Amino acid sequence: MTTAERTDIVVIGSGFGGAIAAYHLAAGGAKVVVLERGPWLSTEEFEHDFILGSSSTRIFEFVAGRGMSVLGGNCVGGGSVVFFATMPRAPSFIFERQGSIGRRLFPAAISRETLNPWYDRVVEALPVHRQEWNEVTYPGGLWAAACRHAGHTANPVPVAIDTAMCTNCNWMMAGCRFDAKRSLLMNYLPAAISHGAQIRPLHEVQQLSRNDDGSYRVHYSVIDDEDYRIQTGSGAIDAKIIVLAAGAGATPVILQRSERTLGAMPFAVGRYFSGNGERLNTAVLNEDKVREVLGLSRPGGQAYRANQIGRGPSVASWDRLDASLPEFSRFSLEQLYFPPGLGTILAQAAGPDGPAWFGPEKKEMLRQWNSWLTIFTMSEDDNEGVFGPPPPSGNAVRISQQMLGQGNLEYKPTKNTLRGWAESDAAVKDILERDGLAKVMPWTNEVVGAYTVHPLASCRIGDDPATSALDDGHELRNHPGIFVTDGSAVPCGLTVNPALTIAALAERAMPGIVAAARERGVQVKYGAPAPGGVASATRAVDRTAA
Amino acid sequence: MQSDTSGGDQYRMRTLEAWADTFVPGAKRWPDDRAIAGAAAGPGAVDAGAVELLETPATGVSDGLDSLAKALNEHAEAWAASHGVTIDDSVPAFVALSYADRAAVVRMLIAPDHPEKDIWILVALFCFMAFDTAAHMRTVDAIATGHPGLTAMGFAKPDADGLWRFPYFSYGKQLASLHPGTTPAGDPA
Repeated sequence: MTTAERTDIVVIGSGFGGAIAAYHLAAGGAKVVVLERGPWLSTEEFEHDFILGSSSTRIFEFVAGRGMSVLGGNCVGGGSVVFFATMPRAPSFIFERQGSIGRRLFPAAISRETLNPWYDRVVEALPVHRQEWNEVTYPGGLWAAACRHAGHTANPVPVAIDTAMCTNCNWMMAGCRFDAKRSLLMNYLPAAISHGAQIRPLHEVQQLSRNDDGSYRVHYSVIDDEDYRIQTGSGAIDAKIIVLAAGAGATPVILQRSERTLGAMPFAVGRYFSGNGERLNTAVLNEDKVREVLGLSRPGGQAYRANQIGRGPSVASWDRLDASLPEFSRFSLEQLYFPPGLGTILAQAAGPDGPAWFGPEKKEMLRQWNSWLTIFTMSEDDNEGVFGPPPPSGNAVRISQQMLGQGNLEYKPTKNTLRGWAESDAAVKDILERDGLAKVMPWTNEVVGAYTVHPLASCRIGDDPATSALDDGHELRNHPGIFVTDGSAVPCGLTVNPALTIAALAERAMPGIVAAARERGVQVKYGAPAPGGVASATRAVDRTAA
Repeated sequence: MQSDTSGGDQYRMRTLEAWADTFVPGAKRWPDDRAIAGAAAGPGAVDAGAVELLETPATGVSDGLDSLAKALNEHAEAWAASHGVTIDDSVPAFVALSYADRAAVVRMLIAPDHPEKDIWILVALFCFMAFDTAAHMRTVDAIATGHPGLTAMGFAKPDADGLWRFPYFSYGKQLASLHPGTTPAGDPA
């Protein structure tokens, strides 16, 4: 047997699931190494630039699948660096969902009430705040006014953004140049580093194997920092505990590839994937009607023409988050911005033969881009995604130097999912086409299939071994010492942005992971406070005590 | 002098131009421009730099453009034969088609059950990106030089340091009632 580097804990991935684990374990005294497949960028490297090779392609990944495309982060800080920092708690009814399996999807131990203390920890750590109306952007305000006009409520969404520092540039998906977004680069990760955690960017984990002493060996490739198709080296590191948090599009792929060395995986590894029931509609507003019907105007006299201004979503309508409605009919409708390219290609215009995503009518629609309003549906899909055989390395065959890859996720929406989408399309149309306010069309699913920015559930927690890969402590069934704490552990679509729930579940899993590490002889204790200022204070106290 | 003949580099370029023009069509550049069908007024994907972007190695498709152009023309020939359309063989077959016929070939190639769907969608996406994002150029340069796509979309100019800031961003008032179940922290119940 060859020798490998040794540490107490290897954390795979540095998004919410990885960063939170790295912080608690390092703060508790364990030796922690974080392997992150993407690069590590500083604030100054976050560019306002669409050119290939800028931060917008270095830190972002688009994996086309078979019926589902997954968009996510690819950098130290993971999704938190590229996301819109919208962080509501999941509605209470979500925890009672049964999907199509006829039993509660979440473990019995988890409800909104029992998760609330863990939500509180993350809210304090980032922090997350409730926005006031004077923080709401023009597109959010327009959506609110349209909802009110149609007899609906609308809420400013809770966000992890320092809105006083925010310039409303809408370049969030390329990383925040102004340190306004409270990504993990601002809290958990620096706190973990201050407690000795090592973060290694451009280290892509390929598979795990088990050593004779019961520890695990993590096999990784080193990725070129410009052309991610090139592997510049490889290595291995041994650890007593593995925290797998590579994201719901990658975690199951690593486990599938490890089956040869670790033995059979639970049935639910790589199955029950949820795209969070996501769907997009784009409205082209009639500026005159916005003024006449909604009474809106901006300084300078324009009614709207503000699609480019803002910071992703700022207002959502939660009227359909109604526990009394049947499952698959509940969804939130959130105003959203995607930059051109991702945010424009799949939008449809009314063509001569029906909806058209390309051609003269689409070009005319693009000319009105500043009058667009994009509405994001998050609904209850049917966990119908299944990962095919893993590609030779990583979670996709990388096509372009950066960003674009082809993966093996198959997704054929069931009648339940399609019903939710149809109901949400109708709801958006009803709100925005009233009194001639706008013309609304859903994005096409013909080109890249369905799509999600919130992949979930591909290695999920649950009480039923037949339909969940992890127990309610996030430990991989039949593989003790491997824990999964990212979005793949969330059992189902949440009808809202899932980041806060992913993070809260990771926080909740930590005492159990610390206990497992102790059982394996790691000198570690649980109990670190929220990172941030508290972390440096804790370190100072530790030094004094020493 | 511009030419749409079917020889060498021109064959590939005009084929790719005709492909790009199908997604974001533009006005003909000169009276007998064949590659651009002239299905819309103003500059389209070709003027926006679609071929230049496709030829950028970072896309991962640049090495395959010769064979893609050849395959596209073979598909166009086959489509024309099966639809009774006569092709002028002085230009590449896809270029010889009308805009409506090119769009029909595109729809065939990107149909969910077409075996080559993935690659055709990929090269279509880059054609769109050339127009919508100018991904082959620094965005500040694209804006400064009046890039046709970003200009048509009304993409705002950056500040002098090349960064975007919008100091006026809010209507500044409550515009809807909150959901009655909203918690004190602002979450759904």
